[in-house]
Amino acid sequence: MTKSRTWFAAALTLTLAVAVAACGGGGGVSASTATSAYGPISIWYSNNAQEVAWGEQMVASWNKLHPGQQVTGEQIPSGQSSEEVIGAAITAGTEPCLIYNTSPASVPDFEKQGGLVPLNDFPGGAAYIEARTGPGAGVYKSPDGKYYQLPWKSNPVMIFYNKKEFAKAGISTTNPPLRTYSQFLATAKKLVSSGAAKYAIYPSPSSEFFEAWYDFYPLYAAESGGQELVENNKATFDSAAGQAVAGFWRQLYARNLAGDESYNGDPFADGTAAMAIVGPWAIADYQGVVDWGVVPLPTSQGNSLDTIATFSDAKNVAMYASCKNRGTAWNFLKYSTSLAEDGKFLDMTGQMPMRQGIQQLYASYFKANPAYTEFAAEAAHVIEVPIVPNSVEIWQAFRNDWSESVIFGQERPGQALAAAASQINQLVTGNGEP
Amino acid sequence: MTSAAAPGKHRSGATEPMATEPIATEPMVRRFGRAVLGRQPIGMIFGAPYLLFIVVLFAYPLGLAVYMSFHRYFFTAPGVSVPRPFVGLSNYAAVFSDPAVRQSFLNLLIFLVINVPFTVVLSLLLATALNAAIPFRAFFRTSFLAPYVTASVAMIGVWLFMFSSGGIVNSALGPLAPVPSWLVNQKWAMPSIAIYVTWKGLGFYILLYLAALQAVPKELYEAAVMDGASWWHRLLSVTVPGVRQVTTLVTLLAVITGANLFTEPYLLTGGGGPNGKSASPVLLIYQTGIEQNHPDFASALGIILVIGVLLIAGIQQLVQRRQA
Repeated sequence: MTKSRTWFAAALTLTLAVAVAACGGGGGVSASTATSAYGPISIWYSNNAQEVAWGEQMVASWNKLHPGQQVTGEQIPSGQSSEEVIGAAITAGTEPCLIYNTSPASVPDFEKQGGLVPLNDFPGGAAYIEARTGPGAGVYKSPDGKYYQLPWKSNPVMIFYNKKEFAKAGISTTNPPLRTYSQFLATAKKLVSSGAAKYAIYPSPSSEFFEAWYDFYPLYAAESGGQELVENNKATFDSAAGQAVAGFWRQLYARNLAGDESYNGDPFADGTAAMAIVGPWAIADYQGVVDWGVVPLPTSQGNSLDTIATFSDAKNVAMYASCKNRGTAWNFLKYSTSLAEDGKFLDMTGQMPMRQGIQQLYASYFKANPAYTEFAAEAAHVIEVPIVPNSVEIWQAFRNDWSESVIFGQERPGQALAAAASQINQLVTGNGEP
Repeated sequence: MTSAAAPGKHRSGATEPMATEPIATEPMVRRFGRAVLGRQPIGMIFGAPYLLFIVVLFAYPLGLAVYMSFHRYFFTAPGVSVPRPFVGLSNYAAVFSDPAVRQSFLNLLIFLVINVPFTVVLSLLLATALNAAIPFRAFFRTSFLAPYVTASVAMIGVWLFMFSSGGIVNSALGPLAPVPSWLVNQKWAMPSIAIYVTWKGLGFYILLYLAALQAVPKELYEAAVMDGASWWHRLLSVTVPGVRQVTTLVTLLAVITGANLFTEPYLLTGGGGPNGKSASPVLLIYQTGIEQNHPDFASALGIILVIGVLLIAGIQQLVQRRQA
């Protein structure tokens, strides 16, 4: 009899498991009806304090004007990364209508999941994006020619330096010699040998796929004159420009001028490193903590300052598939990226709206905040991560080879770049999937 | 109140069927119901929540993982229909042919070889010491438990500081300190993690041993003392055999915990660095399954890990039975 009950329990477990499995799936939203549906929606924005303040005022002003189409704004739930949180939410069907923190690198994966709404579905959708951002909007098109993201804001990555530590090392604080690789290395050596700082620069050495955006990629953009990691389905970095950048960083690590250990906190903010490679979003963190200056990225030959490209570190807005009232979401998206709201966003966060001609449009802001002018000028020369399939995997493959060769010196950087390029070429075409 | 025993039940309450029970005369439906649900069907209702818990949180995910590992699978939004063809063992083949996976299993082996013996030996020795009448016993018991109950993220911050190139450990070691430092050293990264995990979990295993030590008859120690046994001989001849069951449990738990290693390589060595020399299989499952949306590959890796742990547990049971 006990045996019968065991079999019964097993059968019941199996039946329930199948029933639970059957509960999954289904529940999609009809695109044709949702596009013209209006009503309450929810949105997520970043948990950066300045962006939260902007998001709250923006939602409040919309709700005041549209009592029948209320918007609920929330900070993106915490997780290992925003991309992971959004990916899980798409799978569960619990994502909000709009997320103001969508990484362009994740868009191909979210698209593959069926989690994104093409903005071309809305009347004048593509025209709105292109009119706001200008010709630069084109890089955010997916391979099918549609926009699954609205280019929203950029954080052009530049070199921040600590004026106090530079002065301590006897280096100019108004025009520091950081234009060429040799100048940068000499300055870095002086900073460390003088005891002004423990390290000259300290980008995170961790193996996370996105860390390449804050060491290799900005310098590669500058050195290559604005080439993306992958162009025409082929890795571009196994080249003289890529090798120059890898060689430069290798020298910094080999001479112990850059830290290779995980670090608790921000080494630039606490004075451990005299320089940081970051965008204007970090200014709020450095305010009152570091007396900082900013210069464009170095290149091997010291390119003209007017044309130095960098990585955008953009975060975009995307509309997600479980959104029922897409008509409202589209109108809200346009409202939140209007000329007025972009101005408020710039004013409250110091980050650059991806709108053409921001220096002229918001001239009074840049007059009052001259430190941000450099970032606005750089915003015209940014490059993006390639919008290609297996994007995250591509960056992880690159990071693995970069760590092994450049950070830890276990392989020659040239060989590592060639190996990474070969692997990435397969991943781009979909042949390298695990 | 007393009553006569029900048919089929002894006075003791046991539920063995009586030989003279008129089974053949009972309706078939009732007999089937009794066979399946037992004499007290209401017990099934009481057990149902736990059964549901097992189904939803263990059986279903495990079943789905097995399914995913034999199909081309990626996560999609609800209502999105995509082909998920059966691919046989190709996900498993991809797992076995991936050098990063092989490296992660080697790392895990290094971890277990260090962590498990250290955990068993240190927790037994410390529990024995804490079981004796030593000064500040309560303080020491609490101290050893503190790392276990503290969030790993907070503890890792302390270890990062201690084991960095300019940290207290290297300062104490002077010229003997490894270069590069512990957590970015290809040889020392995984042993460092193993030592950290041993230290962090020790308090829990000490508690298990302390409980077991209470059950070892004091007469055995007294007899051993009468026979002139030293502290060491008493430990080997009385304590170790007396807590053998708990040693089995501690070993098994240490192996299972080790197989699930994730937080430490993710945070302590910056994502399994240097060069993947501290990456664990679970870290790779996270990277491929969650970050890169290849749950088919990740599931195959997970199933292999589950089978590996079950094999180790099985071997352990076998050895224990033979010893018994």
